[in-house]
Amino acid sequence: MYVAVKGGERAIDNAHAWLAEERRGDPGVAELGVAQIREQLALAVNRVMAEGSLFDPDLAALAIKQARGDLIEAVFLIRAYRTTLPRLGASNPVDTGAMAVDRRVSATFKDLPGGQILGPTFDYTHRLLDFKLAAEAAVPEAATAPALAGPVPHVTGFLNRDGLIEGAERSDATPPDLTREPMELPADRALRLQAITRGDEGFVLSMAYSTQRGYGRTHAFVGELRIGRVAVEMDIPELGFAIEIGEVELTECETVNQFKGSKTEPPQFTRGYGLVFGQSERKAIAMSLVDRALRWKELGEDDTGAPAQDEEFVLMHCDNIQATGFLEHIKLPHYVDFQSELELVRRLRAEAMAVQEAAE
Amino acid sequence: MTGIALGGGFSHPPEQAARAFRAVLEAVSRPGTIWTVEGAVPPAPLTVAAGTVLLTLADGTAPVHLAGDADCQPVRDWITFHIGAPLVGAEGAMFAVGRWQDLLPLGRFHPGDPDYPDRAATLIVLMNDLTNAGARLTGPGIKDAARLSLPEIAAFQRNAVQFPLGLDFIFTAGDRVAALPRSTKVEGAACM
Amino acid sequence: MTDQAYNFAYLDEQTKRMIRRAILKGLAVPGYQVPFASREMPMPYGWGTGGVQVTAACLTPEDVLKVIDQGADDTTNAVSIRKFFQRTAGVRVTESTGEASVIQTRHRIPEAPLREGQILVYQVPIPEPLRFLEPREAETRKMHELEEYGLMHVKLYEDIARHGEIATSYAYPVKVEGRYVMDPSPIPKFDNPKLGDCPAIQLFGAGREQRIYAVPPYTQVVSLDFDDHPFVASKAPHDCDLCGADESYLDEVIIDDAGGRMFVCSDTDFCAGRQAAGHRGRLSPAEVV
Repeated sequence: MYVAVKGGERAIDNAHAWLAEERRGDPGVAELGVAQIREQLALAVNRVMAEGSLFDPDLAALAIKQARGDLIEAVFLIRAYRTTLPRLGASNPVDTGAMAVDRRVSATFKDLPGGQILGPTFDYTHRLLDFKLAAEAAVPEAATAPALAGPVPHVTGFLNRDGLIEGAERSDATPPDLTREPMELPADRALRLQAITRGDEGFVLSMAYSTQRGYGRTHAFVGELRIGRVAVEMDIPELGFAIEIGEVELTECETVNQFKGSKTEPPQFTRGYGLVFGQSERKAIAMSLVDRALRWKELGEDDTGAPAQDEEFVLMHCDNIQATGFLEHIKLPHYVDFQSELELVRRLRAEAMAVQEAAE
Repeated sequence: MTGIALGGGFSHPPEQAARAFRAVLEAVSRPGTIWTVEGAVPPAPLTVAAGTVLLTLADGTAPVHLAGDADCQPVRDWITFHIGAPLVGAEGAMFAVGRWQDLLPLGRFHPGDPDYPDRAATLIVLMNDLTNAGARLTGPGIKDAARLSLPEIAAFQRNAVQFPLGLDFIFTAGDRVAALPRSTKVEGAACM
Repeated sequence: MTDQAYNFAYLDEQTKRMIRRAILKGLAVPGYQVPFASREMPMPYGWGTGGVQVTAACLTPEDVLKVIDQGADDTTNAVSIRKFFQRTAGVRVTESTGEASVIQTRHRIPEAPLREGQILVYQVPIPEPLRFLEPREAETRKMHELEEYGLMHVKLYEDIARHGEIATSYAYPVKVEGRYVMDPSPIPKFDNPKLGDCPAIQLFGAGREQRIYAVPPYTQVVSLDFDDHPFVASKAPHDCDLCGADESYLDEVIIDDAGGRMFVCSDTDFCAGRQAAGHRGRLSPAEVV
């Protein structure tokens, strides 16, 4: 005898209890602390902060622990938490020129004021599994150098001085915020940048890669890539001046792209821009390539139909929380819709076969 | 800022706003029906209903236009303190509040854009009375026909012709509220 | 009962005001999709975040809430959403369509007729009825503005040319008050006739796509069709095997691996009510024990 499936509530509770057990794993192995994740899986923490749009390494580490290392799930936890936070105000724009840089490289000049600083990078490591790490060996201390005195000027600033690169117009306009207003297309550049910096690293990477392979090619050089901490300042109306409320780590990438000229403008280089929370180098470079590709219209370039040139395509599909939710929802019951399709296919088949039989 | 400005808001905002919204939701869904709302005690000439509707729907992201004698210091202070809505001219208003004759001419208000008809203003009309008599209403939300004591007929007919563009109206008298969205067709004799 | 860490019905008041404004504009322009700044909810996009936000904006402490998914109250996602509102709004919940003042649904309209005083909130995955014909929002927005629905008619007509009938069985497009073409959410087309002239308020929430739209009570809603191929609200040609109903939408259940199957009402409250009233189907036990 058939009994309709009941007990959804108990099934959910049991599933969650099992999940908690699986999350902990073998109790004979020491439990992972949130501080350990924050300190030792910092690049995962950075990615969760960037795509979660919330700079808080402790919360991001907690989310990674809760999500069993599933970074998109961790981003989701951070996003859902972020929504509930009151918005107390907006900071002033951060000054990346005043960044305390840990890393700063330029691919366009061999040397430049402020110098090339490799910093803590995987670049030039030989990708050989280091079995010493499995043995928890002590880490030898790294050499140090005195901190750079004064601001580190941007490479694009040098080019700008000679008019060799397009100007970046200063604006004090409040940028749009896609977390507070529905996305409206066409979007301006600020809105695009916000969408991409929150976007999925894998998606942005693939889009950027596609431009390098010719789908909306922009001939990008990394003018400069810098990673470091910047002060966050906020105007306090009661005080009449801005005070520093904290510090965030950022990765900034500025690309210098092939020149373009027109009848009114002599040839000059153009820019792509990437800015991402934390040490998120791959994402920042990819972001600047996608930004540049999306600027085809304002720069009078051809629409080659490349995916990375398609603003609506990029902006509507770069968010992994939207994507994963909709993707995974197809595992929810759909038997009502499926039933209606079943009936339709049965009826169409019956009609088709009747016609066939009549013909024979 | 006066003592009047500091008082007269919701004492339990989530619950009071929820109940007031439900009344407005029903009123807009069923044009011509009259509902009661409570919670706000705004300065004159705002009605309890107008104040409650504003507390429920307006905020710092929803600019408000005050028309006629509604544009007085006590009302300005009250809105600034409780709602934080920018006070603007008719053209930029998401909500406008005033007596009917002070809201005229309606052409000053934004009727929405052809691709975004939702961006139209909502006019909150201060009335002395609100009854189910007078103009005959038909259209979405109305089973056969409804009657409502509208201040006039022609302006609402002109408004409805613009559909899907057009203004939406919320009428208030004391603690009573009724609505007339742009989708409603209006006929018959005016009263009041 | 309510979780004190969060505001009544979870959303903060400013977010609720923004959603409430969108709902009212949706009612003023029936069938038109109002953009709204959908928030990130503590459940995934695609799992009812739009419906949940609309419900949260409408609920009062006095409401009685019913949540269904595929017509059933006990499907896991319906259970999860119902629990969410019990926890964050402390509202009473019910499985009875008649008792509920707010009903959130995914993919069905209840069999029992709705009444005035009720709100039916639909979870919507893709609110744009033209989306699968034209993927670009900028284009579909213009098509709605200019009432250019020819593409939709061409698609439906191609179906007829190919299959002899319109091969859309759910999310069947409708025209509201002779103006906007609207996606009724993925309800089976069997439910389409219930959309029009309905005493209850019908609200549609699409969270990921950031759209809210509405059908006021007693509003004309017409399923698109052609004079020579009129719309037909179809269902499986069977009676319910548990309650014997011959006019309800049915789920097909496979009961063995030898081709055995049965058909049962998708609306569990409707079916249970009929069984309690003594109605029997082909596979009902002789007596209720």
